[in-house]
Amino acid sequence: MLEVNALSKSYLSRPAVAGVSFEIAQGEVVGFLGQNGAGKSTTMRMIAGVLDPDEGDARLLGKSILTERNDAQRHIGYLPEGAPLYLEMTPRSHLRFLADCLGLTQSERREATDRVIADSRISAVADQPISSLSKGYRRRVSLAGALLNDPPVLLLDEPLDGLDPIQKRAVRALIARMAPDKAILISTHTLEDVGMMCSRVLIVDHGQIVADDTPTALAARSNGGLESTFVDLVSTEDPRL
Amino acid sequence: MNALELRLVWTGITAAWRKEILAYFATPLAYLFIAIFLFCVGVFTWDVSGFFDTGAADLSPFFYWHPWMYLLFMPALSMRLWSEESERGTRELLLSLPVSLPGLVIGKLLAAWTVAGVALLFTLPWWLAVNYLGPADNSAIILSYFVSWIMALAYLSLGSVVSALTTSSVIAFVLGTVGGFLLTAAGWPLVTSNISALFGPIAADLVAQFSFLTHFETAQRGVLELRSVVYFLSFVAIMVAANTLLIAYRRSGRR
Repeated sequence: MLEVNALSKSYLSRPAVAGVSFEIAQGEVVGFLGQNGAGKSTTMRMIAGVLDPDEGDARLLGKSILTERNDAQRHIGYLPEGAPLYLEMTPRSHLRFLADCLGLTQSERREATDRVIADSRISAVADQPISSLSKGYRRRVSLAGALLNDPPVLLLDEPLDGLDPIQKRAVRALIARMAPDKAILISTHTLEDVGMMCSRVLIVDHGQIVADDTPTALAARSNGGLESTFVDLVSTEDPRL
Repeated sequence: MNALELRLVWTGITAAWRKEILAYFATPLAYLFIAIFLFCVGVFTWDVSGFFDTGAADLSPFFYWHPWMYLLFMPALSMRLWSEESERGTRELLLSLPVSLPGLVIGKLLAAWTVAGVALLFTLPWWLAVNYLGPADNSAIILSYFVSWIMALAYLSLGSVVSALTTSSVIAFVLGTVGGFLLTAAGWPLVTSNISALFGPIAADLVAQFSFLTHFETAQRGVLELRSVVYFLSFVAIMVAANTLLIAYRRSGRR
């Protein structure tokens, strides 16, 4: 469903992403692990069509994000880093705007909005200004936006950030419920989340993929489990320096 | 451009227009804008220009101030159009959607223009008042309203471009005002006479042709000059194209 071919991006001649390639098939939930500045968000932005790569391409259900951007973007649900929202809007009006941009008809819009409001458990705050919502609710509104057109490919940048344990459990359950029909890429810092949600892990360091395996296989590579393997694989040097 | 692309542009226009109208009227912004605009135009028309001292039943003292009011008020409307998207990070969300960028640019601009149009609508009682006072040249007044509204779009389009250049609404306002001032003052007699003295009348006339003031003055005289309408609409088209390119350029990741 998602094919990433040799994506590269440099900022001021410093490579942020260097030739990243991978594929995600339907039913896979892939954790994207790495230190801050390792290139996770840059890679996700390029796949989502927000950032143009210097080299390489990403294909979503065969559609190139470079040459068939609009067609490819129809297959993506993207939760950006920091979950940006229109604070003066209510969750319902925010979702309506996204549905308008997706070109949904009135009945499709109503059906999709009601579905994602229920799935993301934001019914209680659906008509309150987003500015008055907690960080956890805002994150779920963002997640609802990513799920609006029921896309086959989901790119979720830190989807559990800011959620309390109960909310985290609900989002994990939602991801698990959607997983069989979708290809899901989740960027996270939390190794525990990877173990609980992902069927496969990509570890990225200095813009390159240094490991691609199941969480169990990666954990078995060292005595200290997944965390030890992660520390062994990534450079201790801050990738942003 | 095929039918599918046109549909994408239309989707972008309607989605962005609806969202921005909601943003203007869900916050005090539009109400404050309209109230302060009406107060300032009122003060300058009735007090500074001494409307009742002219003894004429026309609205020329009212329209005289429009370009000068717009150079301050239109950047206040347009300053947040794109700078706020950058500041909040929602630009990333917009760029990830399968929607036409020119459509979004046009939709946002039309929403700001709608608010400007509502502000102008609230001045219509003055038109009725002038007709009550005596026989007025209504065709000249209608023409002045029409060209004034198109001129407002030109100021807004400039403001939208500078808003796409920065993440700060304040900087966008200042740059929009400075740009608007240059385009207004280029046709001001004080400026044109100095240019004429320094570089000759041809240079002065050439500079004045780029001024909003010059093209608006012909309408105030009750003359609809096609070249003035073409000038304003061409200016808006160039600004929309520049605005779209600036937003698309952000995809390169360069600042």
